[in-house]
Amino acid sequence: MDETKTITGIICPAPLPAGDTVVLGHGSGGKLSAELVRSIFLPAFQNPELAKLNDQAVLNVNGTRLAFTTDSFVVKPLFFSGGNIGSLAVHGTINDLAMAGARPLFLSVAFILEEGFSLTELRRVVNSLSQAAADADVQVVTGDTKVVERGSGDQIFINTTGIGLVPGSLELSADRARPGDKVLLSGYIGDHGIAILAQREGLEFESPIQSDSAALHGLVAKMLEASTGITPSGREQRGCAIRCMRDPTRGGLSSALNEIAEQSKMGIQIEEPMIPIREEVRGACEMLGLDPLYVANEGKLIAIVESGMAEPILQAMRRHPLGTESRLIGTVTERSPGTVIMRTALGTTRIVDMLAGDQLPRIC
Amino acid sequence: MKYIDEYRDHRIAHALAAEICSRASRKWVLMEICGGQTHTIMRYGLDELLGEKIELVHGPGCPVCVTPLEMIDKAIELASLPNVTLVSYGDMLRVPGSRSDLFHAKAKGGDVRVAYTPVEALKIAREDPRRRVVFLAIGFETTAPANAMAAWQAKQEGLRNFSMLVSHVLVPPAIRALMSSPANRVQGFIAPGHVCTVMGCEEYEALAHDFRVPFVVAGFEPVDLLQAVLMLVRQLEAGSAELENQYVRSVQAHGNPAARKVMQDVFEIADQKWRGIGPIAASGLRLRETYADYDAVRVFGLHDSTAEEPAECISSQVLQGLKKPTECSALGSRCTPENPLGAPMVSNEGACAAYYHYRRHT
Repeated sequence: MDETKTITGIICPAPLPAGDTVVLGHGSGGKLSAELVRSIFLPAFQNPELAKLNDQAVLNVNGTRLAFTTDSFVVKPLFFSGGNIGSLAVHGTINDLAMAGARPLFLSVAFILEEGFSLTELRRVVNSLSQAAADADVQVVTGDTKVVERGSGDQIFINTTGIGLVPGSLELSADRARPGDKVLLSGYIGDHGIAILAQREGLEFESPIQSDSAALHGLVAKMLEASTGITPSGREQRGCAIRCMRDPTRGGLSSALNEIAEQSKMGIQIEEPMIPIREEVRGACEMLGLDPLYVANEGKLIAIVESGMAEPILQAMRRHPLGTESRLIGTVTERSPGTVIMRTALGTTRIVDMLAGDQLPRIC
Repeated sequence: MKYIDEYRDHRIAHALAAEICSRASRKWVLMEICGGQTHTIMRYGLDELLGEKIELVHGPGCPVCVTPLEMIDKAIELASLPNVTLVSYGDMLRVPGSRSDLFHAKAKGGDVRVAYTPVEALKIAREDPRRRVVFLAIGFETTAPANAMAAWQAKQEGLRNFSMLVSHVLVPPAIRALMSSPANRVQGFIAPGHVCTVMGCEEYEALAHDFRVPFVVAGFEPVDLLQAVLMLVRQLEAGSAELENQYVRSVQAHGNPAARKVMQDVFEIADQKWRGIGPIAASGLRLRETYADYDAVRVFGLHDSTAEEPAECISSQVLQGLKKPTECSALGSRCTPENPLGAPMVSNEGACAAYYHYRRHT
């Protein structure tokens, strides 16, 4: 037993994080990802902007406030119902900017291509990427291409970096959450993750599940208008009633809410019956042994908003095509700081934890 | 969703809970066998709904939890060999063996793949005859028919590059072992609905008779479990010890004869070690001699080994219903899903993980 390791004085046969290799769970958006950021990346690049651990940095450059973010896309299959790796690469980065309330302006795109990848497919991906950028009114202004040997990549990986403008003195950040604030969700959860899984597992449904991949900055602009009187020209009339926003991508609704709870040192209580989930997605999750709260979304947002303004903001969300199914799903509380608690359909309560790694299908 | 929503109905659940509380004249200790049922109880907070008079203790029915340490070590050993593909059910990947887990074996270059059924392992074997494909065949009577079918199919096709690392456990011998223990506190059992869907109810009828305890075969939704608790309470209050079937929409008295036959053809009963509990006579399944060519232990000449669990872990008492996870001083501090001291913290179906994930706030 010479390879056993000691943790706080006791013998443990297999302490997972003490491993010396990267495991897939490090990319899951759960606790293992957070641990990687905390133990390796943060100490290496210490600075106040990074330390905020937001999905984007908001930088003051000569009085102009820029939102800046980057994201890499490695989705498999490349083409899925409701989108492909190209459109996703645009939406993902735009959404990270939008969560700061920013109007996205410019993108860079970098391709890592595997030797042997079909040029026809590359064209399809690039066309779709270009269309998504045009639809979102952003321009791809710089880029890069690398090719790796067959076997050193997986067809195509894409990185996009984005810059956007943050209006006025708007500051959205999780630590602004206050007890009594409301939690708004912009629609059905789990569509993207299940669309991908259904395709991978060859599952078929009466009405096929489509990824919700979409650019959310238009919806965000309407929410800001309703919450602050920020006009499209960027003029701010009074303080913003939106405290913070998150797009619940990897790790799903649960990870996004847990991040907010942790950063704000507040508790969050959500109501299970209020969370909209499509029948097909519920069915697929039942079959696959997954919890939809942990399944990825690519076109949804959650917003923590001042209680008194929750209703007008919700109405504004519902008037936007990407927010018609928006709901008020919960409340920020002083109780159980750092924890997300759900009132179940039966009226009992349970914790909604952040997962360690990827959600694993249960055996039976 | 049909057949789901009515079994999660708020009104029905509360009416059942109220009836249970009014019928119970004293405290009763009940055990649910299956990890899937433990998961439902914790996820929906049924313990919160039932109050003080019903104590639910959690049984050994988490297949991932009771798979011996040594078997995981063997799977890791196989996964690390060149030209071997190890195929496993997803939630086995994070279970610690004595030194590592399958996720780390995969990260270090082992070809480890997740499958929903062993049929996927057969497919991999067919498609690439140069690879030696091993399926990690674990579980209770629920997964045994599909796993048996895979070996049967491989033999029919004459597939030479497919084998199984078998670690199958059976529910009734484990209940016998629990009931025979002088420390036993369990007064009634919620029997595992999916196991009975395959095996039928006869074995549980015999257990009810032999130990004079009531058994109710139950499903996996909150209303299923509450109904089963009510049926048990009615029996206990009346002093009876019968087998009843709550899960009639799935379980028939004789189970699934076709599934039982293929299990019978491919597997034979054997002694089995249970992680956290120890060896139980005639409590497992192994491949019959006629399927020796598909037994990975023989094909790869794997040696027996023994490995020890960490001393602080109380999983053995938890798996026998003697202690609750909340009685463990390491729960949530030195033992978490990221740092599991024992298997019940690893799988979602494990009692410790269920408490950790859903009930830390109470």
